[in-house]
Amino acid sequence: MAEHVVIVGAGHAGGTLAIQLARAKDRFRITLIGEEPWPPYERPPLSKQFLMGEVALEKTFLRPETFYADKGIDLRLGTGVTAIDRDAKSLTLSDGETLTWDRLALCTGTRVREIPVVGRDLPGVHYIRTINDTQAIQAVAHEGAKVVIAGGGYIGLEAAAALRQMGCDVTVIEMMDRVMARAVAEPVSRFYEDEHRARGVKILLETGVAEIGGTDRATHVVDSHGHVHPADLVLVGVGVGPVVELAEAAGLAVDDGIVVDARARTSDPDIFAAGDCTRHPNAILGGDVRLESVQNAVDQARCIANELTGKGADYAEVPWFWSDQFDLKMQMAGLPEPHDQVVVRGTPSTRSFSVFYLRDGRVTGVNAINVGSDYVRGRKWIAEGRTVDPSRLADTEIPIKEV
Amino acid sequence: MPVIHITNRAGAESTLEAESGISVMENLRDNDYEVDAICGGSCACATCHVYIDEAWQAKLPAAEADEQGLVEDEPTYKPTSRLSCQIEMTDALDGLKLTIAPEA
Ligand SMILES: Cc1cc2nc3c(=O)[nH]c(=O)nc-3n(C[C@H](O)[C@H](O)[C@H](O)COP(=O)(O)OP(=O)(O)OC[C@H]3O[C@@H](n4cnc5c(N)ncnc54)[C@H](O)[C@@H]3O)c2cc1C
Ligand code: FES
Repeated sequence: MAEHVVIVGAGHAGGTLAIQLARAKDRFRITLIGEEPWPPYERPPLSKQFLMGEVALEKTFLRPETFYADKGIDLRLGTGVTAIDRDAKSLTLSDGETLTWDRLALCTGTRVREIPVVGRDLPGVHYIRTINDTQAIQAVAHEGAKVVIAGGGYIGLEAAAALRQMGCDVTVIEMMDRVMARAVAEPVSRFYEDEHRARGVKILLETGVAEIGGTDRATHVVDSHGHVHPADLVLVGVGVGPVVELAEAAGLAVDDGIVVDARARTSDPDIFAAGDCTRHPNAILGGDVRLESVQNAVDQARCIANELTGKGADYAEVPWFWSDQFDLKMQMAGLPEPHDQVVVRGTPSTRSFSVFYLRDGRVTGVNAINVGSDYVRGRKWIAEGRTVDPSRLADTEIPIKEV
Repeated sequence: MPVIHITNRAGAESTLEAESGISVMENLRDNDYEVDAICGGSCACATCHVYIDEAWQAKLPAAEADEQGLVEDEPTYKPTSRLSCQIEMTDALDGLKLTIAPEA
């Protein structure tokens, strides 16, 4: 009889897993349960092309809405899973129904961190995680609207670029002394700060949000230096945290993420987990990590599908990521930390350059801005654990392939 | 409706009634051909890699620098390689023939 696989969370990982398993036709009965009203979709456009109205809603869907029924996948949208019973191998849905499962996959993703200041609950304070969030922002982001963005991470900056291009008056407030400080080295941060400022985005560094003010709705933000910034829209991008409550309540191991092994298995052999919600080993990185990226969501979902179809292999992938801001395409591979040397290849003012992260001479990470070939090469070197000569790497007279 | 003739990774041939005005990648992905298209068409992942039939190569708009840079470093690169997310399907491409590149 077909094994019943129930997938909790119809996001990028959950959707990918269902699509992959459906290819092994008669072996599985698949149920995919998602709290959101939309079929699995891509979040990256939410702060980029979809926010700017360049991409239609349906274009963000991983597959057309009709796909799931066509493939025999029981897709339940607008439905939350409220409890898991591991002994009975069942779970409870928000509408009270109980479902039994043979294998369970938790793909619950992350949720946004709230900003801990007065005024955070006022209408007009927005986050960007879902289609509904972006639609709510679009409704207020008319030309000339004043937008204050709390957080200069990549999502805050992508939104800043998009909203600026839509004609909004944008201010970014960042606590650290440079933007995207967690993700990139200083030369990259400075380059992006300059690019944003050149296009009229105000960027305030070493500045926090002290308070969001307003009576019926947010009308201004007071920063940590006491300056007041009028706002029609306050956008908060101060990070996310893994959604682990279901796993925790079911007694599964959790440590800033649902703990899984190299085959994406939790501490219960019949329960798997994939995506942003997991803490997992990665042979290439040589340690446990929790990543927030489409690459990891897709590759871990595939890891589960392979395990369930008898083609299992340990998870070992080079993490990669991208960010679009204005006409700048940044592609990143590996993880910047830990590194002991940063090599800049090319000149930032040409708007096409890359930054390599080295540890003991080995390449551990790359950020390539408008230079795809450096990214591809860097990704390969990271996978191979290759050492490079920093002076040759910095010399753009030497083609990247010959470094 | 224009059609695309597709050879999948297993070597099986089929014909897809394609939609114009969206990318070749979207046509393939939405019909569950094996392109993962992980980056959703942002020209960032090369998981929508296909080989274009030689007779059709010259009829397609040439690859831009970012597409070329990404695809030519794929281990499975051939001179006929393209990233299908960067090719818009049009009625003029009726009969386009392509092969899905092996997983890199
Ligand atoms: C604005 C934005 C821009 C981004 N840009 C990029 C980018 O450029 N490149 C990149 O690689 N990544 C990007 N990311 C990150 C990427 O989207 C995530 O890493 C990816 O979506 C993770 O997939 P996931 O399936 O783990 O989680 P999600 O896609 O978040 O899916 C989890 C789903 O589970 C549902 N869920 C949770 N609990 C329950 C429950 N109890 N019952 C039912 N359903 C539940 C949630 O509602 C959600 O729909 C971006 C993210 C955002 C928000
Ligand atoms: S879909 Fe990622 S490069 Fe084409």
